[in-house]
Amino acid sequence: MVNLYNIRLLSPEIILVMVALMLLLLDLMVRRKEIIAYAGLAGVFISAYVNFRLVALGWSDTSLVGMFMFDGYANFFKLIFYINLALTILISLRYTVIERGALGAYYSLLFFATAGMMLMAGATDLITLYMGLELMALSTYVLAGIIRKELRSSEAAIKYFFLGAFSSAILLYGISLSYGLTGSTNLKEIAAALYKLNLIDNPITVLGLIFFIVAFGFKIALVPFHMWAPDVYEGAPTPVTAFMSIGPKAAGFAVMGRVLFEAFGSLQAEWSYILMVLAVLTMATGSIIALAQTNIKRMLAYSSIAHAGYALLGIIAGTDGGLSSMMNYMFIYIFMNIGAFAIVIMLRSEGVKGENLEDYAGLAKSHPVTSALMLVFMFSLAGIPPTAGFIAKFYVFVEAVRADNVTLVVIAVLFSMVSAFFYLRVVVYMYMKEPKEEAVVTTSVPMSIALAITTVMILFIGVYPFYLLSFVKQSILG
Amino acid sequence: MVPLSWYIVLSAIVFSIGMFGFLVRRNLIIIFLSIELMLNAVNISLVAFSHYLQSINGQILVFFVITVAAAEAAIGLAILIAFYRNKPTVEADEINLLKG
Repeated sequence: MVNLYNIRLLSPEIILVMVALMLLLLDLMVRRKEIIAYAGLAGVFISAYVNFRLVALGWSDTSLVGMFMFDGYANFFKLIFYINLALTILISLRYTVIERGALGAYYSLLFFATAGMMLMAGATDLITLYMGLELMALSTYVLAGIIRKELRSSEAAIKYFFLGAFSSAILLYGISLSYGLTGSTNLKEIAAALYKLNLIDNPITVLGLIFFIVAFGFKIALVPFHMWAPDVYEGAPTPVTAFMSIGPKAAGFAVMGRVLFEAFGSLQAEWSYILMVLAVLTMATGSIIALAQTNIKRMLAYSSIAHAGYALLGIIAGTDGGLSSMMNYMFIYIFMNIGAFAIVIMLRSEGVKGENLEDYAGLAKSHPVTSALMLVFMFSLAGIPPTAGFIAKFYVFVEAVRADNVTLVVIAVLFSMVSAFFYLRVVVYMYMKEPKEEAVVTTSVPMSIALAITTVMILFIGVYPFYLLSFVKQSILG
Repeated sequence: MVPLSWYIVLSAIVFSIGMFGFLVRRNLIIIFLSIELMLNAVNISLVAFSHYLQSINGQILVFFVITVAAAEAAIGLAILIAFYRNKPTVEADEINLLKG
C-alpha cells in the first residue's frame, strides 16, 4: 500500500526546488539583481522553518515507500546545508557583481544542489541516494563553470565533471553488485540479507563495499581520489568554492555514515581497515602538499582535503559517539571555511585577483579588522583553542582513542601540527611583513553579516562547546 | 535460456573497457563515451539481476540511470562547448592551466 500522506516529510526539499524554479523566473523580471539573492534567502528561511516545524511535531518516519528517512541524523545535516546555503548567498552578493555571472541561474543552481544534498542525507535507499547525489553533482558541475568567459572556470568545470561522472559510474557498479547479492536496494534490507544469506565473507560483497568507498571518497576528496579537488577549488569562482568545499563534503560524509553503519555494519572490520589507510594518506597528502602552495585558494583546497581525513576518524571509530563527533566536525567546519573564503572574496576586486599569499603581506596595517578575522579563521582551521576548530578536532580524537585507534590519533596530531605551519604562515604574512602595495578590500553589508555570524559561532562554540555537543547527541538519538 | 553469469561477465567486461578508456584515452569526447559505456554496463547487470531475482527495483533504477545519463550528457557537452570557446581543444593533455 503506497502511502502518499508521508510525502509532507519531503516538503522542505520540495520548497527548495520550487524556490529554485521561481528564482529562474525572477531573473527575467527584476532589474536589480540583488533582489534575487534576498528572495533566495527568504526561501531558505521558509524551507528551514517548515523543516523545523516538522521536527517540532516529533516525527521520525520514512517517506516515499521507505526510501527516504526523516530522522535526527538527516535533520542535523540539513541544518548544515541550510547554513551553508544562506552563508554562500551572503558572501556571493558582492562577488557576482564583480564577475558579472549569470545571476538567476547561479542562485537557483545553489538551491538545486542543496535539495540534492538534503535528499542524500535522508536517503535510506540506494535509488534515492543516487538521485540525490546526481542532483547535487550536476548542479555543482555547472556552478564551477558559471563564469563562461573565463578559461580557469571552464577548466575547473571540465575536470570536476569528468571525475565526478566517473565516480558516479563506480557508485552505480557498487549499487548493482550489492543489489544482485542481496536482492534489495534498501539499506536496512541489505543489512538483513547480508546476515541471513551469510554473505559477510563473500568477496563480491567486499568488492561492492570498496566501490562504495571509492565513490564516496571522490565526493569528500579522500586521497588517492582527490586529484580533482585542488584544480577545481582554484579555478571555480570563490563563493562556489566555499559552497562546494562544505556542502558536497558534508553530504558525502552523511551518506558514507548511513551506508557504512546501516547497510554494511556487519563488515565494520573491513571498512574501518580500508578507511584507516585512506585517512592516513589523506591527512599526510593534504597537510604536506599545502606547505608548498602560494595560491591561497589552492592552499585551502589541500587544507580541506586534510580536514576530510580528520573527520574520517569519527567514522573509523565505528561507534555512535564517533559518528556524532564527525557530525560535530562538519558543523564547525562550515563556519571556519566559509569565513576564510569570505576574506579571500573581500580581497578580490575589479582587476585584482587577491588570491596569492603575497597579497596578504602587511594587511594588518591597512585593514586591522579584516586581518583579525582571518587570524581567527586560520587559528580555528589549525585547531588552536579557544576556537571551535580545537573542539572539532578534540572530540574526533577522543572518540578515536575510545575505539582503540591510538596510533591513528598520534599520526593525526602530528599532521595537525604540520598543517599549523601553513595556516600560521598566512598570519605571518598579514602581521609581520611589509606591504608591497596598498591592498584593496571591498566589503558590503551582507558580507559583514556573514563574517559576524561565522566569527561569533567559532568563538562561541570554542568557549561553550556544551550546547553543540548535546545538540549533536540529541540528533543522533532522535 | 542464457544463464545469469553470462550477463554479469558481459557487464564486467563492458565496464572494464569503459574504465580503461577513461584512464587511457586523451580525447575528451572519447573519455565521455567511455563514461557512458560504464553506465550502460551497470544497466546490463541491473536488468539481468532484476530478471533473475524477480524484483522490479533494478529496472526502476535503470530508468533513473538512463534519465540521469541524458542529463549528464547535456551538461557535460555544454561544459565542453563553454571550454572550447575559451580554448579550442579537446585534448585532455592541453587542459593544464591549473596545476601544482
